[in-house]
Amino acid sequence: MRDKRMTADEVVGEIKGGMTVGIGGWGSRRKPMALVKALLRSGVSDLTVVTYGGPDAGLLCAAGKVRKLVYGFVSLDSIPYDPWFKRARETGAIEVLELDEGMFQTGLRAAGHRLPFLPLRAGLGSDVLKYAPELRTVRSPYDDGEELVAMPALKLDVALVHLNRADRHGNAQYLGPDPYFDDLFCLAADRRYVSCEQIVETFDGPPQTLLLNRMMVDGVVEAPGGAGFTSCVPDYGRDEALQRQYAETASDLEKWPDFYERFLR
Amino acid sequence: MSDITRAEVCVTACADLFLGAGETLASPMGLIPSLGARLARLTTEPDLLLSDGEAFLLTPESTVEGWLPYRKVFDVVAHGRRHVVMGANQVDRFGNQNISAIGDHAKPTRQLLGFRGAPGNTVNHRTSYWVPRHSTRVLVEAVDVVSGVGYDRAAGPFHDVHRVVTNLAVLDFDTPDHSMRVVSVHPGVSVDEVQKQTSFPLVVQDVTETRLPTGEELELIRTRLDPGGKRDGEVPQ
Repeated sequence: MRDKRMTADEVVGEIKGGMTVGIGGWGSRRKPMALVKALLRSGVSDLTVVTYGGPDAGLLCAAGKVRKLVYGFVSLDSIPYDPWFKRARETGAIEVLELDEGMFQTGLRAAGHRLPFLPLRAGLGSDVLKYAPELRTVRSPYDDGEELVAMPALKLDVALVHLNRADRHGNAQYLGPDPYFDDLFCLAADRRYVSCEQIVETFDGPPQTLLLNRMMVDGVVEAPGGAGFTSCVPDYGRDEALQRQYAETASDLEKWPDFYERFLR
Repeated sequence: MSDITRAEVCVTACADLFLGAGETLASPMGLIPSLGARLARLTTEPDLLLSDGEAFLLTPESTVEGWLPYRKVFDVVAHGRRHVVMGANQVDRFGNQNISAIGDHAKPTRQLLGFRGAPGNTVNHRTSYWVPRHSTRVLVEAVDVVSGVGYDRAAGPFHDVHRVVTNLAVLDFDTPDHSMRVVSVHPGVSVDEVQKQTSFPLVVQDVTETRLPTGEELELIRTRLDPGGKRDGEVPQ
C-alpha cells in the first residue's frame, strides 16, 4: 500500500492560485491550522475558500489569500465574531457566497455524489437566494409540485482536514465527540490532505471512529498540535488565551504583525 | 413573591414556549432560553430532548442518552421534530430575523455571524426568538438581511414562527395578516413602554400580564438550574 506521508509545505506546494480549497472542522474546532499556516507562509493567493468558518477564514482573509469565501457562518465559538473576517467584509475586500449551514452540507454531499445539485428546503424565502442569484430552485416532478432550493455541488480542488490519528496510507480517525464534515470535504475534492496528531501503525478504539479510508486521502501530514489554537479533543481543548490574543491584536494593527509572526512559527 | 426577578419571568416565558412540544428536540440558543427549556423538561414537558450544545443528548441528570453531532442536527431540522429559540440582531413585524449583517450585504456596515442555520430552521420547524434588550434597534420595521424567514414570504408547508420573548413582553403572530401582537407584558411593564421600544405598530388586544413562576419553578431555577444567578446578568431587573 502507498505511503502518503508528506510535509505541510509539500501539501501547500500542490495548491495553485485561483483554486477552490475546502477546509474541514467547524468554527474554532479541529481546524487544520498547521496546513493553514503553511498556506499563509506560501505565495498562493486568489483562493476560493469553502468552510464552516473560524480562525482559518479570518487568518486567510488577514493574509489577503482569499478572493471568495463560501460559508454558513464565521465564528470563534467562545468569541462570537472573527475580527479579520469582519474587517474583510466591512471593507468589501472579499467576494462571498453566504449559505445556510444545511445548504452548505448539501452542497458538499452533491459534489461527493457527483450530482449537479441536491434539493432541500433551507434557503426558501430567505435572502440567501437574493444575494446569490446563481442559486436556482427546482420543482418536484411528482404530484406535490413543491418548489425547492437546487443546492449546486460545492466542488473542491483541494480539501484540508485535521484528525486525531491516521496511518501512512490515509486511513484516519476522529476521537472527539463530533466528526464534523471532514469526510464530506474529502469526497467533494479532487485532492485530499489530512493532517493528524499522530501517525499510527494500528488504530485503537471502535472502527466507527475511522472517518476516512485511504480512497479518500492523497496525503498524510503528521502535525502534533496541528489544530491549535482551535480544539482537538480529546488530545487538547481550545487555547482560549491564544485565541483571545488573536482576536485582540486584530483590532490593534500595531500589535498584529508581531502576533502573526509568532503564530506562524 | 415580590422578590421574583425579571430574568425569572423571562425564563418561565421561555419554558412556556415548549408547552405541548412532547418528544421534540429543544434547541435553545443563549442562557435564558436554555434555562427555560430545561425548566420545561423538569415540569410540564418531561419528554423534551436537549443537547449539551455540542454532540450529546443529555438527561436532566446530565448522563448521555444520545449522540447528535452537527450532521445529525441537520437531519433533525429536515425531519422537523425540533423547536429552536434563536437570538436576533433584528426582528420585524412579520417575524423576519437577521443575524447575518447590518447594512448592505455586499459591504455591510457591521458583519455579524452569517445566515447560520436560520433559513433552514425557519422553513422546517417551529422557531421562536429571544431578545434580551427589546428596543427600536432590534424590533425594526424591516430587517436588513432576511436570515430567519417571516410570515410575509413564501416559506413552504412547515414554516411556524411561534413567539418572540423579550425582556419586556411576550409577542406572537396570531393575527389575520400575521403581524406581531403583544400577548403579555411582564409585571411592571406597560403596553406603552413596549410600543415605544418597537419601531412598528404592534397589534394590541386582550393583552395579559406574563405569569409569574410558580414556587416549584422558582425553586428549580434558583437551586438547581442557575444557582449562580447568571440569569440576572442577562436581564437586569
